[in-house]
Amino acid sequence: MSEVMGLKTKLGLNVFKHNETAHIVIKPGMEKDPRLKRAILVCPAGLYSENAAGEVELTIDGCLECGTCRLACGIEVLDWNFPEGGTGVQFRFG
Amino acid sequence: MEKFDVIVAGAGLAGLAAAYTLAQEGLEVLVLERGDYAGAKNVTGGRLYLNPVRDLLPDLWKKAPLERFIAHEEVSLMARERSLTIRYSGGELAEEPYQSYSILRAKFDRWLAKQAERKGAMLVAKSRVDEVIMENGNIVGVRAAGDELRADVVIASDGVLSFVAEKAGLRKPGKAHDHAVGFKEIIELDPAVIEDRFNLEGEEGAARLFMGEVTRGKFGGGFLYTNKESISLGVVVGIKDLMEEKPAVNAPQLLDDFKARPEIARLIKGGQTVEYGAHAIPEGGYNAMGKLYGGGILVAGDAAGFSMNIGVTVRGMEYALASGYYAAQAVLQAKEKGDFSAAGLSVYEKILNDSFVLQDFKTFKHALTALENPRLFTVYPELAGNIMRDLYEVPDGPKKPLFRTVKQYLTLREMWGMAGDMRKVMKI
Repeated sequence: MSEVMGLKTKLGLNVFKHNETAHIVIKPGMEKDPRLKRAILVCPAGLYSENAAGEVELTIDGCLECGTCRLACGIEVLDWNFPEGGTGVQFRFG
Repeated sequence: MEKFDVIVAGAGLAGLAAAYTLAQEGLEVLVLERGDYAGAKNVTGGRLYLNPVRDLLPDLWKKAPLERFIAHEEVSLMARERSLTIRYSGGELAEEPYQSYSILRAKFDRWLAKQAERKGAMLVAKSRVDEVIMENGNIVGVRAAGDELRADVVIASDGVLSFVAEKAGLRKPGKAHDHAVGFKEIIELDPAVIEDRFNLEGEEGAARLFMGEVTRGKFGGGFLYTNKESISLGVVVGIKDLMEEKPAVNAPQLLDDFKARPEIARLIKGGQTVEYGAHAIPEGGYNAMGKLYGGGILVAGDAAGFSMNIGVTVRGMEYALASGYYAAQAVLQAKEKGDFSAAGLSVYEKILNDSFVLQDFKTFKHALTALENPRLFTVYPELAGNIMRDLYEVPDGPKKPLFRTVKQYLTLREMWGMAGDMRKVMKI
């Protein structure tokens, strides 16, 4: 039903092809950079969160490859690439 | 080493329109697509306006897998607790050839890729372009999945982030201010239910935009498009506005709250969400564009920033199709002269300047500045809602004269503010 659905459940509806290597990585030492905190708000898949130590963490599973975090945070804090060909989200409707 | 006439990076609308047109003229075209199939990585709101591109690709439209033709345009001013909706139905919207259609990209792009292949283009899916190959300042090919592939021209149609154009030195990484993010659900519903709820006959479709509370007053809005057997429901927000904590609200929450609005909940009731997609959208317009060509390379579609929000219409796909088509024309002219240098390919910008593509971007180059006014997304939806509430209200005592009811909202200060907003909006 479309009433109330958790984000995980929603992302679970998509077709994803797993890739061993993460295509977006927080650059070492940048975990507490204020620019990175923006990703928590802007990521439509809610993949960024802040841990108790005040560091931003990224869970790449469920990434929609929309590009928003690269635009919001910038390439100084994120090592950003598209996943290899044939992996990642595969939209059936789009 | 393989050599092609043209390598197209990205099987979206721009790339496929280019490949289709070039293959039709007998050129050897290789299309590289990182998804499992064309359209696998592509997301639209969305709706495609056909008028500007109908004659560029005339043989396509009869059999194209489009969803519903948009016969009803709706706009809702959404206040916190009320909303005002205007529905426009015009004879011209219901007459063939129809102006616009709702569309699903995975379906449409896959079909368009097949048409390009039928003309002779070669499509290789699951193949990401990793590097561009540059020699003497000219792009001469790409590296993809370990292969070195060469061509007279590379067309960078790899979408809003365009790593190909970036690596070729034609653009810098995009800025938050020049982009929005759209995210949406595909909600399946029985066609009869869709037709019933939206007052549609047969293949008719409705499009609705929402402004105001849906984005908590941030730059953007909600959208709803009826497809054949589903509804595309989503939100678009300026990334700069979204990342600022005034108020701090995360993107997924905006869509959940939007869905929970009574106006929306009843439209999607009983529907089954089958996909959740998102994509960044270039909205910086003319002033944010990078270079459109270089030696051995052309940039088309979202990669070139060809997407535009002017409030009443939000368009990108027809600019993508057209720029792909014009990129193909530029390649053909360059080939005739045997000159694929930046000078030879500069004809692309000339062609675009003479077409609706760059003419539109010049006409609307102030649109973003005018629309970024937060009052449009806060003050006006509330104002409209409050005026409607008071007009319709029948109190238990005597009712005030209608004019005075409206006038209380239009103080001198408010009128002054409106005049200022009007001056900005008049620039669009």
